Amino acid sequence: MRNRKFNSDTVFNIVHKLFMGLILILFAWPIWFIIISSVSDPYAITNGEVWLIPKGFQLEGFRKIFENKELFVAYRNSIVYTVGGTAINIVLTVCAAFTLSRMDFWPRKFLTVMYIFTMYFGGGMIPYYLQIRDLGLMNSPWVMVIPNAINIFNVLILRSCFMYGIPKELEEAASLDGAGAPQLLMKIYLPLSKATLAVLVLYYAVGHWNDYVSALLFLTDREILPLQSILREILVMSDYMSRGSMNAAAVAEMMRTGGIIKYGVIIISTIPVMIMYPFVQKYFVKGVMVGAVKG
Amino acid sequence: MSRKEVFLKKCRKQWKKNWLLYLMSLPVMAYYICFSYIPMAGVQLAFKEFRIKDGIWGSPWVGFEHFERFFSSYNFKQLLANTLTISIYTLILGIVMPVIFALMLNYVRKERMKKTIQMLTYLPYFISTVVMVGMLEIFLGDRGMVNSVLGKLGAEPIGFLTTPSMFADVYAWSGTWQGLGFSSVMFVSALAGVDYELHEAAIVDGASKWRRIWHIDLVAIRSLIMLVLILNLGSVINVGYEKVLLMQNPLNMAASDVISTYVYRLGVLQQDYGYSTAVGLFNSLISVALILASNTIAKKTCNYSLW
Repeated sequence: MRNRKFNSDTVFNIVHKLFMGLILILFAWPIWFIIISSVSDPYAITNGEVWLIPKGFQLEGFRKIFENKELFVAYRNSIVYTVGGTAINIVLTVCAAFTLSRMDFWPRKFLTVMYIFTMYFGGGMIPYYLQIRDLGLMNSPWVMVIPNAINIFNVLILRSCFMYGIPKELEEAASLDGAGAPQLLMKIYLPLSKATLAVLVLYYAVGHWNDYVSALLFLTDREILPLQSILREILVMSDYMSRGSMNAAAVAEMMRTGGIIKYGVIIISTIPVMIMYPFVQKYFVKGVMVGAVKG
Repeated sequence: MSRKEVFLKKCRKQWKKNWLLYLMSLPVMAYYICFSYIPMAGVQLAFKEFRIKDGIWGSPWVGFEHFERFFSSYNFKQLLANTLTISIYTLILGIVMPVIFALMLNYVRKERMKKTIQMLTYLPYFISTVVMVGMLEIFLGDRGMVNSVLGKLGAEPIGFLTTPSMFADVYAWSGTWQGLGFSSVMFVSALAGVDYELHEAAIVDGASKWRRIWHIDLVAIRSLIMLVLILNLGSVINVGYEKVLLMQNPLNMAASDVISTYVYRLGVLQQDYGYSTAVGLFNSLISVALILASNTIAKKTCNYSLW
């Protein structure tokens, strides 16, 4: 009996170690591979010679990236869209969440239903597209920040934080001292919801930074395209465009350039998000859990 | 004081106390009217023949013509089949793998190791869709990493991204890779909350780790798994076009064309507004019905409600 138990736990421990090892490889190696490939010779990569250490070390890829004016402009655009968009997001989300959390606000129920209904039913892509066009937002930089100014899920996360995360005694004490809604919001609600706000900033900022759909649908002017649109051309479309009518030499040259810069652009496009992550990481699990709690 | 006066007094008091709330609601309401409710009124296009000079409201009605055209079109069945295959595959994998991962992570004894693994698995969640698909090209493309190794070994290359029958596999597994850390958070913390006395009692009784997983851990998160499954079933008809569009190419079109990409292609690219609105409306109606159904089931079985 004792012996059998020993055996099956040994099997478990082996399976467990293998599984965790596999997870580590599956998640760490692709990221590592991209990093070492960005400084390796493209031919060595195509020949499958790059595995764990860079081969044929070069920095030409990064040099080409930094010389590329279009990438620079797109990078700058994405920073502007992300910072501006997130600021608008947070202001409007606080507005929505605060108003929906106040019990003595008369239209509270009506507004809650009005906002939440949009989670379940919408006009669909085409009426939305036509509305953006009618508003004159087509090919305007504003289209990158205005149409996704609020996310109802984030409003609900912040609202439940306001409703259940603030000690009632504190609010009562402030009310007795004559604090109105503005003071309550600025002095009590916002300072006490820093953790949730940090997570929302992360969600919104990552959403803006990674958004390529808005640009795909609404932007044509190359000067205002975000980074993701340019990335798409470098990473995804090159393979199929190059099968067209270009001559062999041009295709080879394009593939070489594309091949040498694609790992680098992945890195420089993902770095801003990865830098943000550790700062909010300690709030992250908490934020996810709050979102899972009934709104 | 008459009732009217009392009411007016109440109004004044409400305004005096909450004027800021009314002010704060204005931009939010304006946002929802502009970007949700006016487009919602635009679904009438599904029953109209859109003419640019007449606009949405002035265009003539055509009844259910667009719907009939969609239901009788040659690719209706294929679109529906592709959409459901991709989403059910993703849904099942997106629950099974995070649960297995959470169960296994629960038995990692060193706290620091646990934290490191968890942090590492969160990372892909922040990678953009464009980069994700770019990475698929890098690793699985015709000239990708895997195929270059296969070529060196003298094997035939595998067209992971160009073979229709492999589309759903690549889509679902890459999605699971990206979402594993994030989707497992709930399970991990539910498992961390399991009373350790149960495990101690089981160990005293001579239960192996397999049995402890089966009889203690899985039982503890059973209702959570059910809840996630039911709620996700509500969105089974919605396959977002963001990733599919990037993975689509002329070679895998037979398996990669889903309702949302079809709407995009016909509406935005070919400007067939009436018809594509109808297809979109068909999709949203099924979606609403499924969400209502899944919520009812969740309420009955798990005592949980979104409302």
